[in-house]
Amino acid sequence: MIETLLGLDFEPFLISFKLAGLTTLILFILSIPFAWYLSQTTSKSKPFLEALTALPIVLPPSVLGFYILVALSQNSPLGAFFEDVFGIKLVFNFTSLVIASCFYSLPFMVQPLQAGFESLDKRMLEASYIAGKSKLQTILRVALPNMKPAVISAIIITFAHTVGEFGVVLMVGGSIPGETKVASVAIYEMVEIMDYSSAHIYSAIMVLISFLVLLSVYIFNGRVNKSFGV
Amino acid sequence: MIHIDINKQLHGSNGTMNLDVRVDIEQGEFVALSGQSGSGKTTLLRVLAGLEEAQGSIKVDGNVWLDKKESLAVQKREIGFVFQEYALFANMSVEENLLFVNKDKTLAKKLLEMTELDELKHRGIKSLSGGQKQRVSLCRAFMSRPKLLLMDEPLSALDPSMRSKLQDEILALHREFGTTTIMVSHDPSEMYKLSTRTIVLSQGKIIQDATPKEVLLKTSGSSKFSFDGELLEIVKIDVIYVAIISIGQQLVEVVVSEEEAKGLAVGAKVSVSTKAFSPNIR
Repeated sequence: MIETLLGLDFEPFLISFKLAGLTTLILFILSIPFAWYLSQTTSKSKPFLEALTALPIVLPPSVLGFYILVALSQNSPLGAFFEDVFGIKLVFNFTSLVIASCFYSLPFMVQPLQAGFESLDKRMLEASYIAGKSKLQTILRVALPNMKPAVISAIIITFAHTVGEFGVVLMVGGSIPGETKVASVAIYEMVEIMDYSSAHIYSAIMVLISFLVLLSVYIFNGRVNKSFGV
Repeated sequence: MIHIDINKQLHGSNGTMNLDVRVDIEQGEFVALSGQSGSGKTTLLRVLAGLEEAQGSIKVDGNVWLDKKESLAVQKREIGFVFQEYALFANMSVEENLLFVNKDKTLAKKLLEMTELDELKHRGIKSLSGGQKQRVSLCRAFMSRPKLLLMDEPLSALDPSMRSKLQDEILALHREFGTTTIMVSHDPSEMYKLSTRTIVLSQGKIIQDATPKEVLLKTSGSSKFSFDGELLEIVKIDVIYVAIISIGQQLVEVVVSEEEAKGLAVGAKVSVSTKAFSPNIR
């Protein structure tokens, strides 16, 4: 048992966490202005944008993976542009995983942030404008600090969801050891070659980490809600 | 001098209404803005602040805030605004709420001392009472040394003793800073105590604009006392009729003749007045 443990390759976990960390960071920066826009706009385009954002929740990961693959491949204008200008391939490498994950996990970042912005007291935001502060200053110094539970939920759920992805990663990244082979893909391969003991250990680690992440979110939110008097 | 000439379509609960206000306000005036709910008072304040759009023009000391071509951003209008619901920054302490507007620590200290909040300056907003919160909000509004202070029913959520204390503080700050102030209020004693001019809005139009005495004192002609109330009941006792009338928080009985009793309907708004009367006030 211990020998099996020591002999295990933990690189897929590292890749999973590196991917999830990078995806979360990129999505957090991009989603703040987008979620803010959705929370403030009265434009007729709002339901269309909301539906588009929520699509990855409903779509089978294979559909999403297929379209991303088509869009990034060397035969597409985008893929060809990156290949010609920067000499970078956009599929079957770590970069492509990050791009695909950003689409796949987008709703898990945008939706809690939008709900957080919408729950804020509108008068408080207006008071900040009256104090002469711009929208950006208001978001950073008034809005975000007053919706910490939403921010923490968005970050952790996006991270956890990216660690847990499988279909999109397999389609866009394949299974290149040390490059695109993430934990979920590694487990799939172990089961395929009937290496059940390794699959058990990998799976148990995934269950444990996921549970701890979710537990920390709920404990944190409980504490913050208490301090907010909710 | 503040010149206001604005026009805005409002879609309220009573259908469409046209807010149409033309008024000039002198530097240093304290204007009480009154009127029934839905008459456009809050919208007028929000248009002045730049929080809502409107047609027309607003000029303050020769600077254009609104005309056909441009609308000055709310951030640049040099106003203070006090909301009924405080609208404080919940993530900051009392002092930080003030310094967020302007980093002038001396001014913050002076304001906190004037409103007896100095000892609470490091406290979080959530731990304050309603009266304390509204004082912080008042101080915050003065941190930008505003040309125009707008207050939307600032005291209506507070109990009477706290209200009276804050009225004194509002007046002291208004005089100290020489601000021009517009305050929405429903409380006649508050308007009388604070304002130098009272404007009454109805259906989006100004229907009265005079000194608080002229607008608020209901006596006319030779009557000495006059109270508005609601007729609750008329009771016949032997040969006389007694009307039970609610005036403010008090119920009073008034003897009326049979003809008068017939001309009155329960629920009617009535005015009770008397002439040539020397009351004793103890």
